[in-house]
Amino acid sequence: MKSLAELQAIKEKMKNKVVIREGGEEVRVVVGMATCGIAAGARPVLAAMVEEVEALGLSGKVSVSQTGCIGICQYEPVVEIMEAGKEKVTYVKMTAEKAKRVAKEHLKDGKVVAEYTLSGVKA
Amino acid sequence: MIRAHVLICGGTGCTSSGSVEIQKAFAENIENCGLSEEVKIVQTGCFGLCALGPVVIIYPEGTFYSRVTPEDVKEIVEEHLLKGRIVDRLVYKDTGDEEVEGNVALADTAFYKTQNRVVLRNCGVIDPEVIDEYIAMDGYQALGKVLTEMTPEEVIKVVSDSGLRGRGGAGFPTGRKWSLCADGDQKYVVCNADEGDPGAFMDRSVLEGDPHCLIEAMAICGYAIGANQGYVYVRAEYPIAVARLQKAIDQAREYGLLGKDIFGTGFDFDLDIRLGAGAFVCGEETALMTSIEGHRGEPRPRPPYPAVKGLYGKPTIENNVETFANIPQIILRGAEWFASMGTEKSKGTKVFALGGKIHNTGLVEIPMGTTLREIIDDIGGGIPNGKKFKAAQTGGPSGGCIPASLMDTPIDYDNLTAIGCMMGSGGLIVMDEDTCMVDIAKFFLEFTVDESCGKCTPCRIGTKRLLELLQKICDGNGELEDLDRLEELCEYIKANSLCALGQTAPNPVLSTLRFFRDEYVAHIVDKKCPAGVCKNLLSYSIVADKCKGCTLCSRVCPAGAISGTVKEPHVIDQSKCVKCGACMEKCKFGAIIKQ
Repeated sequence: MKSLAELQAIKEKMKNKVVIREGGEEVRVVVGMATCGIAAGARPVLAAMVEEVEALGLSGKVSVSQTGCIGICQYEPVVEIMEAGKEKVTYVKMTAEKAKRVAKEHLKDGKVVAEYTLSGVKA
Repeated sequence: MIRAHVLICGGTGCTSSGSVEIQKAFAENIENCGLSEEVKIVQTGCFGLCALGPVVIIYPEGTFYSRVTPEDVKEIVEEHLLKGRIVDRLVYKDTGDEEVEGNVALADTAFYKTQNRVVLRNCGVIDPEVIDEYIAMDGYQALGKVLTEMTPEEVIKVVSDSGLRGRGGAGFPTGRKWSLCADGDQKYVVCNADEGDPGAFMDRSVLEGDPHCLIEAMAICGYAIGANQGYVYVRAEYPIAVARLQKAIDQAREYGLLGKDIFGTGFDFDLDIRLGAGAFVCGEETALMTSIEGHRGEPRPRPPYPAVKGLYGKPTIENNVETFANIPQIILRGAEWFASMGTEKSKGTKVFALGGKIHNTGLVEIPMGTTLREIIDDIGGGIPNGKKFKAAQTGGPSGGCIPASLMDTPIDYDNLTAIGCMMGSGGLIVMDEDTCMVDIAKFFLEFTVDESCGKCTPCRIGTKRLLELLQKICDGNGELEDLDRLEELCEYIKANSLCALGQTAPNPVLSTLRFFRDEYVAHIVDKKCPAGVCKNLLSYSIVADKCKGCTLCSRVCPAGAISGTVKEPHVIDQSKCVKCGACMEKCKFGAIIKQ
């Protein structure tokens, strides 16, 4: 290695690959992945969410994990976004495309996509 | 993209409890569930909780699964990784507080929450075989910093100011050692990874879990003292450690972090492994260097000290693995940060290998000055089976014991020396009321008699005579004068042995004599072993009132020493009894007693 810059480049490249083990993410995205969720198509939603979070460079800030059934099976696939100090936002009847939009608008720009939320869908 | 990491411990402890099969099972099940693109399996170094192995941790939740079997893996993959439901029955939950439901992160367990991991910071977190993961955790940044921003004198000053002392045993200030390195055309950096104390395995854990940290530290030391070649002397009995270190050296060479002109600064440094055959004396610095040179591992007189005339007669700085493992962090975070941890004269943290009669066997890293009580009760989870704590042995065959009355002594170099103990490399063996202190002293003397290299008379013959005296006492043939003989001989061996092996060999005897003299007296005067360990001083007998004559004991006795008729009280023939205790274990009525 001939320069510190090379070392720095490897560090930057690797950082978001190990940050998941430090548990320091500020935002948690949880996808409902019980039988009802999977049957309704939660897997592509999860995959899209995970991909988009990385593509937007949010890996160190946002963790994506899955959870069981939260009881509103008719609204699956469900995605919940939790942030310290803020109210939990529940997105329902998600698709891969909707997930990408939520990642961009909510996670990156901080704007809740009201039309996909539980209250938005009901209204 | 990867959304979850499955960390599987690949340390020696978990490997022997089957982590390789578990890793295979995870790979298969993850593949079967179609999760290969989302879940990454990482083989790491030791997490520390070896007693609960094999250990698996799943992130981002940080869920800590213990004692996982290959049969459990399918459930973990299908429930946790696929559906996001934590497998409650396998989660390790001892937080020291009340029973908790659901997920318990590793950092919240009683075992981890009082620890402060500096040396072990990457062990169990990164894949030791992937240099990029080490770099992601600020790896080689400290080397970059010293090569581009600091003079060798500044490096030594930071290490001196930090207050770091050698973790191998004696506690010599590391910065001072480096500053004593003499001038010369060729100098060497040597890492002592011989780790011979029975029960100590912190160095192995660093080598297995974070080998690049050692490489970086040795290169920093090389720069500070002007050496371009290093050697790691590690015992061949550590095959996993040796393999990972070699792999790490190869990767570092490939990246140009070892070799010529590192970071384009003109600094050259390279590193090689030298395997030891496992002789205890080779942990002594001069014997270690003699062994590297290809000779029989025997110590040589000091002075001249290695810093003046060491390996191949050249100035050499030798430090232990744990000492080196502190260096990169000290460079990056500063001397003040390091000096803020610990006690007045012992800075930083210390890794202890907890073993013996304790719940959480494993590796713990705590700030200097933590009391023995905190280590045993809080982190170690106390003594199993409701037994009472009797003493803890530190420093292995070179150290002494800390009795229950001194449990609140803050543990640092000077406090331990003051009570006739020794930090040593950090083995901490916990003993309960069933341990005989004379027997323990005898155990360690047997070890030193075996391991004495034989070069000097006080150690070769003196330790043998010590052992004979102890054997005599355990056999019930001791006289009170033997205690004076023991003490006199101990002092003589301490004062006259050539190297630290002999100089410290009497410590287990002196220490037990100091704190448990009454046990020696009981062996000699009353001809009793209070803990019921020394066989010659024991006898088993049957209480006639309690014996129902079930004949179980007579059937289990291997020596045919028990006789009696059915439904009548049985009797043990003392001349035939081999004192194995099998009858006592079998008896359902508590009719057999040991005295």
